[in-house]
Parts: sequence; structure tokens; C-alpha cells
Amino acid sequence: MNLDSKIPAGPLAEKWTKHKFNVKLVNPANKRKYEVIVVGTGLAGASAAASLGELGYNVKAFCFHDSPRRAHSIAAQGGINAAKNYQNDGDSVYRLFYDTVKGGDYRSREGNVYRLAEVSVNIIDQCVAQGVPFAREYGGLLDNRSFGGAQVSRTFYAKGQTGQQLLIGAYQALSRQVTNGKVKLYTRSEMLDLVMIDGQARGIITRNLITGKIERHAAHAVILATGGYGNVFYLSTNAMGSNATAAWRAHRRGALFANPCYTQIHPTCIPVSGSYQSKLTLMSESLRNDGRVWVPKTVELAEKIRKGELTAIDIKEEDRDYYLERRYPSFGNLVPRDVASRNAKMACDEGRGVGPTGLAVYLDFADAIKRDGRDTVEARYGNLFEMYEKITGDDPYKLPMKIYPAVHYTMGGLWVDYNLMTNIPGLYALGEANFSDHGANRLGASALMQGLADGYFVIPYTLGDYLAGNMNTKNDITHPAFDEAEKGVRDTINKLLSIKGKRTVDDFHRELGHIMWEYCGMSRTAEGLTKARGMVRKLREEFWTDVNVGGTNEELNMTLEKANRVADFLELGELMIVDALHREESCGGHFREEYQTEEGEALRNDDDFAYVAAWEFKGTGKDEVLHKEDLVFENVKLTQRSYK
Amino acid sequence: MNLTLNVWRQKGPSDKGGFKTYKLSDISEHMSFLEMIDVLNEQLLRGGEEPVHFDHDCREGICGSCSMYINGRAHGPQQLTATCQLHMRSFKDGDTITVEPWRAKAFPVVKDLVVDRSAFDRIIQAGGYVSVNTGGVPDANEIPVPKKIADEAFNAATCISCGACVAACKNASAMLFVSAKVSQLALLPQGKVERKTRVEKMAAQMDLEGFGACSNTGACTAECPKGISQDNIARMNREYFGAKFTSDNV
Amino acid sequence: MSWITQTFSSTIGRKLLVAASGLFLIIFLIGHVSGNFLLFKDDGGRAFNEYTEFMTTNQLVQIVRWLTYTLILVHIFVTIFLSSRNRKARPVGYKEARPSENSPWTSRNMGILGTLIAVFLVIHMGNFWYKMKFGDIPFVTYESRGTLRDLYSVVIYSFTSLWYTLLYVGMMIFLGLHLAHGFRSSFQTLGLRHRKYTPIIEKISIAFAIIVPLLFAIMPLYIYFKYA
Repeated sequence: MNLDSKIPAGPLAEKWTKHKFNVKLVNPANKRKYEVIVVGTGLAGASAAASLGELGYNVKAFCFHDSPRRAHSIAAQGGINAAKNYQNDGDSVYRLFYDTVKGGDYRSREGNVYRLAEVSVNIIDQCVAQGVPFAREYGGLLDNRSFGGAQVSRTFYAKGQTGQQLLIGAYQALSRQVTNGKVKLYTRSEMLDLVMIDGQARGIITRNLITGKIERHAAHAVILATGGYGNVFYLSTNAMGSNATAAWRAHRRGALFANPCYTQIHPTCIPVSGSYQSKLTLMSESLRNDGRVWVPKTVELAEKIRKGELTAIDIKEEDRDYYLERRYPSFGNLVPRDVASRNAKMACDEGRGVGPTGLAVYLDFADAIKRDGRDTVEARYGNLFEMYEKITGDDPYKLPMKIYPAVHYTMGGLWVDYNLMTNIPGLYALGEANFSDHGANRLGASALMQGLADGYFVIPYTLGDYLAGNMNTKNDITHPAFDEAEKGVRDTINKLLSIKGKRTVDDFHRELGHIMWEYCGMSRTAEGLTKARGMVRKLREEFWTDVNVGGTNEELNMTLEKANRVADFLELGELMIVDALHREESCGGHFREEYQTEEGEALRNDDDFAYVAAWEFKGTGKDEVLHKEDLVFENVKLTQRSYK
Repeated sequence: MNLTLNVWRQKGPSDKGGFKTYKLSDISEHMSFLEMIDVLNEQLLRGGEEPVHFDHDCREGICGSCSMYINGRAHGPQQLTATCQLHMRSFKDGDTITVEPWRAKAFPVVKDLVVDRSAFDRIIQAGGYVSVNTGGVPDANEIPVPKKIADEAFNAATCISCGACVAACKNASAMLFVSAKVSQLALLPQGKVERKTRVEKMAAQMDLEGFGACSNTGACTAECPKGISQDNIARMNREYFGAKFTSDNV
Repeated sequence: MSWITQTFSSTIGRKLLVAASGLFLIIFLIGHVSGNFLLFKDDGGRAFNEYTEFMTTNQLVQIVRWLTYTLILVHIFVTIFLSSRNRKARPVGYKEARPSENSPWTSRNMGILGTLIAVFLVIHMGNFWYKMKFGDIPFVTYESRGTLRDLYSVVIYSFTSLWYTLLYVGMMIFLGLHLAHGFRSSFQTLGLRHRKYTPIIEKISIAFAIIVPLLFAIMPLYIYFKYA
């Protein structure tokens, strides 16, 4: 298979402008003849559905929530990057592009990233016009904050609820199109298969989650904006319902899955408190601006803390190891996410972790409070401190916070070209569901940017290019391809319901999460990955013989919904392991212990691995086939990241 | 700790439904309320019973899915807290906890504790937006917005659409929800163009959905996980009368 | 003109009617209680009866009188309408509800308080207004003023009855509770809320809810202890 990224030729800064001119257009009168399916209503999905509706296409938008506004984009806290240079501090489209490519550890496409940086400025304009209440200065103009991985202040924010505000903006734009009759909403509907006719994506099969009805929807193009797959790990900062089913079932139909092993582990999350834990809560990265990370110097002291004989404030200054400040004197506590996470894990692996489980490090604000006063600290982080206290019951003004890394974002996803189209004609992937812009590591405040860039400013142009060439195709849900796909969906559901085994779905999911976290998490080894692959396979077999899914299909059955999703995670988990095993280098969110510098930092291998690994499904239980798309760097010089 | 749960069980919209009592033991005080329900559900599944259905997703208090009426309070005893952020340390060993779905004509029960809140979506669809198409908008800094106004609009915009205001109100009124959106957009210059039509349409849709009238008890704000202020309701009343007496819609 | 019916058939429009009529009745109460003060005057009821005469004959007062009746009826019927809608908005109630933890008792019981006040109003009107209009009222003659109807003695007579005095005083407690919420709530409904003056309105609201019913209640107690 030849993977053509379709990056336009020519100078970086002109690629997108030229491309926009070169794509085919659908004339306004013809647009209303097309139907487009958008699955997912997060930032990418809602903005795409709204924008396409505005253009005149007939859009069907699907989400599994009861309302499109509940998509997990809503939980993003920190902000959204844009190269506005409102602060006069030297920001530019090129700098945002450069930071993103470097932050991604040189594993993303230059062309895509540059376009992302270019349209970032339009996103802010668009959102403000919609009435998104961004933070402002006293003069009435927009405020910015700085974020990890950048030396300029380019992050626009709305307190700690930027994702919420942006999503509601997109949701309102979507709602407007619903009223205008251009978007039809299908809530509590989950996509369970992609329908292909003559090699093109021509529809989907969904399950109405309330009635269990299996429905057919035909369209001229299908857009997946279904988010990431972090829930493979069971515990993550993702929402409980976040899943990979739509993307995975498209993958089973032939869409390539790219770089599945690139997982972002966020360093500042509230640690696991018990086996009942259902999800992890992120504490904004901004806390590291003032908090100091430390563990006790000795295992003995850490043990006493774990047993509850000592607390953090009993540990004398000279017995504390501020390991980030010690190891990275110039960046200190502000090293990138992957570095901070790995170091926390190392400290805990040495037996110096704190908290009852020993899987936590301290994030201490005592010095900041002493230096700036409690009021200042409260003004900066008040809502975060409150949230921390609500969850843990500890007062972070008195005791240092306990934090630990947690799975947060997945850079991998469906392979797409410059037009955001997968290798299946007519099937597009937007936002976290695709792999395209973040390489091996995503910088803070860039996920919101990418979701909205794809939905508002890329797909409205690139979709027309494909549709214009497909003028005379008719949508027909009676086509045999729909019969076949619907039967497959029904068979899977019936199989799940008929097993009637002993173990619950959550039980399997939890075990899969353990395996993935242990062997395919923050650091990976060939030996561990090989072992894990066997474990996942075994677990999958057991799932299909011993899972217990009660109830019937013809009702609201959340156990069945979960079972469908976990079944896919069990396959995707293996592919992540396979990808991690094949990538014999360390880069960004993928750290192979065999490949590190003498100081224990990630060691890339640009000669052999500067490519996108895109995997092709070959049948259940069969090995997937690797396709490589070489990454060409014409503008950026590849260097080793250093934060010393 | 050990607990007794009285949970509303209802197989579907047409089922009559009723309370069922469950015993739970060894519940950690560090669990969230929903994790406690997870434990109950695992227990039910192992015993071959159907788990308790409830809406939940982000479990960090922002998506607005969770919606439980716990011991006579929307989202339980803790203020400014959604059900998913409520932790078991708010309860005592030996407690009996009653869990009910939101109750309102406009929020019909779908199953167990799951209700249909699509009425809220339809109210937003009626006019809770600024009519701008993608592209062709002015530069973001072209229109300055005083910080105070921006902050106030933001505070109104933090509504998570969970429906606790309706659930807590003795009249099942949706005024706090509707007014939060009306306020946000009426405060900002971007929303001013359509402010009259917006409030008229949204208020009409609100009535059409069968919500009750506001009688200013303040229960909505007291139970709102985001603490949305009563100021918004007053502002919406103002907007509404202003629109009704001066708009061009005869 | 459909916009008018549309406005006043909406829940917010109807709330406007309740609030506006309520505020008018609040002003009426001030007038009423001021008039009552003439009963304290130790002049054999002359001032009070002259006031009564004025109130029943002055043309402007007659307009205000009918406006008051109308607004009382508007206040009652619109709230009945709204209450019935509110009840229908929650067909299935909660098994366990603890509203006391999120809202004041008065705000949730305006209907009950209002009904009690309405019942009292009927008795009250029957006692004085009906008698004044259609009943058998004695006459009294004052020097340089001529003969007036002597409502004063009717009032004095009524409040020598213990049960009626107690009913009146008791009702004033309910009126106070009704006002405690109604006063400030009217401003909220009319959209008159601002961080500068809302705290003041709330204080006045409480003061009004205590002082006005208290002034009303002092009168029958004074008469009872003086004449009974």
C-alpha cells in the first residue's frame, strides 16, 4: 500500500493557501444534495457538523451522550494555543509550528503542523465571535498565559474551564444548525460499524442506546471525530464513556491505525486511592509553575510516611529530594510532561514514593505560600486546591499535594492524509481520533486547538474536494453492504449476550488496564511488551468465553455498551503493544528502557524510525501489517531535546 | 463503612417503578458516590441482577451527566458539588441513603436513575447561540469587553446543564438554566444583536417543555454545582420584559 | 396584539402580574395601616369616621378602590394558575426531600400563606366592608360635620371579641411571613436586582414584613385591652 500524505508541494507557508485554491469546490446549489455523517460531537465533531451545515450540506451528527454538549472535550482545563502574538513577545505562526514539532519529538508532519499553527489565529476569532467568554485584561482585551514547552504567552483561557467554554460555543453553533434544519442530531446513538460500498465509506450502523434498535445511516462521506483511546488503560483522565469503538471498527474495515503506541502520560494527577477507583482526575499543569516536586531522600523515611508514622511536614528540608530541580537545573519543575512523568515513576520505583500505595510524589506549595502569601496562591490555584480537597479530603494549603502520572491523551489514531481523509475514500478522522499533528508527544493547550482547527477550518475545505468527484452516487440503505454490516453488528451483540460467563466487563477492563499500564505505560521493554502481548491475547480469549453481560439488546443496557467497547479495547491494546515493540527507539510518550542516554533521557533513532507507523488490519487474531510513511523534514533540524 | 441504599428502580418509561433496598459493606470513605454505586452494580451483576442505570461520564464535575437526588437533595448533601465529586466521607457508617432520579414532567425517567434532559437542548436550539457562520468574523481583539462583564458572562456560562436546578426547584422550573444562557449572551457585545429575539424564543420553548414557573425560592442556586447566581434570573426577567415591549415581533 | 396575550400567558409574564399586583398591594397596606392609626385617636371615633367617609365618597379613591379589588383578584387568580402549572410540572414527587436545606420556608409556602390571607380577607371584608356597604351601620352626628356612618363603633365592637382579635393578630403573623418573601421576590421578578441596592431591598423587605403587620396587630390588641 502506498501511503500518500498528499502534502502540497511548495514552501511551507504557502502550502495551505495553495491547497485551498487547488481543491475542487461543490457549488452552493449542489451542496444540499449531499449527506454527511459526523460521529462524535466534541470540539472536532461539533465544529465540523456546524460548519458543514452552514455551508449547506445535510449533516447527521451522532453522539452516545444524552446531549452533544457532554463530550469529553468539556473537561479540558488549561487553555488553547494560538499564534496571535497579542503579547508582543515574539510569537508567530512559525514559532508555534516549531514548538509543536519539537514538542512532538520530531514525529509529526511539518505540513500539517504548520497549517494547524496558521489557522490557530482564526479559531480565537471564531470563538470570540460566538460569545466564548475568554479571560480578559482590565483594558478589555484578551489575556494570555504561558504553558509548558513554550517560551511565549500564547494560551487563551477561560479560568480552568477552557474546554467547557469552547465546546459550548461549538455546541451552540451546532444547535443553530439543528434549528436551521441542516443538522439532524442523533443522541444516545453509538456507531458500531462502518459501511463500505465499492471501497468507499458510504454509511454507518448505529445502536440506539435507549431502545437497542440497530439503525442504518447512509451518506456520501463519513467523518469520525470520536476522540482518543486512553481508556484502554482503564484508569485515565478520560471520561468513563470515552472509547475507541467507532475508530476501531473503521480500522477493522481497512482504515489504517497510526502510531498507536504514542500515549501521553500527564504528570500531575490525583493518585489512585484504591482498587475501586474508576477514573483519575487531572490537576492542571499550571500547578508546576509554583509547586515544588519532591520525595524523601531515603527509602526508610518514605516507608514511615507510607505507614502513616510520619507526614510530609515532619520531613526536614535536608531529607527531601527535589529531584526535578536536582536533575534539570535549568527547567526544574517545568520540564515537559513526559520527562516529569518518567521521573516520578523512577522515584516511586526506587521505593521513595509516598501515600498509602507508595505511588505518589509530593507537589509542595509551602515555599510559594511563604514567598507570595496564601492569598496570591489562592487567586492563582484556588479552584484546583478546592477540587483536590474535595477528592482527597486533604487541605493542600497545609499539606503538600500528592500527585502521580496518569494516562491523559493518545497521540496515535486513524491515519489521515493532509485532507484528513483516511486511506478509505470518503472516511475522515478529526481531532484526537486522528494521528496527524502531535507526533510522539502533545504540548499543553494544543488538543483544543487541533480539534477546532480540523472542524472549523480544515474539513469544510477538504471535504468538498472529495464530494465534488462523487456527484452521481445515491445513498441507499438497502444495499447488501448494509445487510452484511448490520448482521455483523447483531452477531457481535448476540454473542456478547449469550456467553453468560462469570466475570464482569469491568473486571476484564480493569485487568487489561493493569497489563497496559505495567508493560505499555510510562516505560516499556521488549521483554515486558512481549509478555504483555501474550497476556492480552489470553485475556481476550477469556473475555469471549467468560464475560457476563446481563439484560437484553432491546433496552437501555449500559453493560452491553461497555462490553462492546471493551471488546475493541482488547484488540486495540494488543496493537499498541505491537507498535511499541516494533518502535526500537524512545521518543515523546514512547519510552523504551533499552533506548536511553546515559543520563536516562529518551534516545531517538531518526535514521531508522523517522516514519509514521500505520497498521493494517488483516483479520481477527491475525498479525497486523505495518506500512510506513516517511517523515520529511525540510524546515526543522532534528535535535536531541535537552532540558538540563 | 456499611450502608443501606434505597434506590429507585424503573425498567423503562412505561414501568411504574419503585424503591429497592440494598446493603453494602466495606465502603471506603475515599470512594466517590458513583464508585460506591459501581460497587453496588458489580455486586448486582455477580448476583445475576440488572445493575442500577445512571448517567455519568467525566466524573470530574464538568460534563453534567450525573444526576442523582440523594437523601432529599439534588447531587447530595455537599454544596457546589456534582454527584460524581461527592465522596463517601460525607456519610456515616450505618447510614441509609435514598437515591432518586430527577423528578420533572420535562425530564421523563428513561430507566432507573436516567432521565431524558433533551428539553435543555431544545431550549438552546431555540436561540441560545450567536448567529455567526464559521469564518469571516472580526479579529478577536476588535471588540474590547470590560473584564467585569467578561467575568460575569463567564460565571453564567459555567452552567453544566445537569438539571439540578430543575430537580431542586419545588416548581420544577428551568429559569436558572435558561437565564444563565440568556445572561451570558446578553452581557457580551457579540450576543447583543439578537438579544431580544433570543430571550423571547428561549422563554417560549421553556414554557412549551412543561417546566414550572420561578417563584424565587433560591433552591436552584443553592443546589447548583456551579453556584450560578440568581442575578441571572433577574436579568432574564428584565431582558424578557424589555424584549416583549420593544421587539419587532408582534 | 397577540404579543400582549402571548406575554401574559407566559410564565414570566404571569409572574410579572403577580409581582406588580403584589407591590401595589404592599403600597395599599401602607395606606391601610396609616388609616388604622386614626382608631388610636381618643376622639370618640370622629377622625376615623371622617376618614371612612372620605374613603367611600372621594372619586379618586373609588378608582383606586376598584383597582385594588381587581389587583387582589389578579394576584389570586394568576397565582392559582401558576401554582397549578407548577404542580403539573412535577407529576411524580420525591420520596425524600429536604427543601429546608436549600430555601427558606416562606418562599416555598406562599400559596398556603396566601390562601390563609385570602380567607381572612373574606371574613375581614364581611365584617367591615360588607356591613359598611350593605349592612346595618349605626349613625353618629358630629358638631359642624353632620351625620356620618359610625364604622368606628363597629370596629370597636368587633375587637372586643377575643376570638376575632386573636384571628386578626394571628393573621398578621401570616401576612408578615407572606411579605417576608413577597416583598423582595417582587423586585427579583421585575428584574430589579443589582449588587448595590439588592441588599438594601432585602433589609427593607424584612423590616417591612415585621413592622407593618405589627402595626396592624397593635390596633386590635389596643382596642381589646381598652374596651373588652
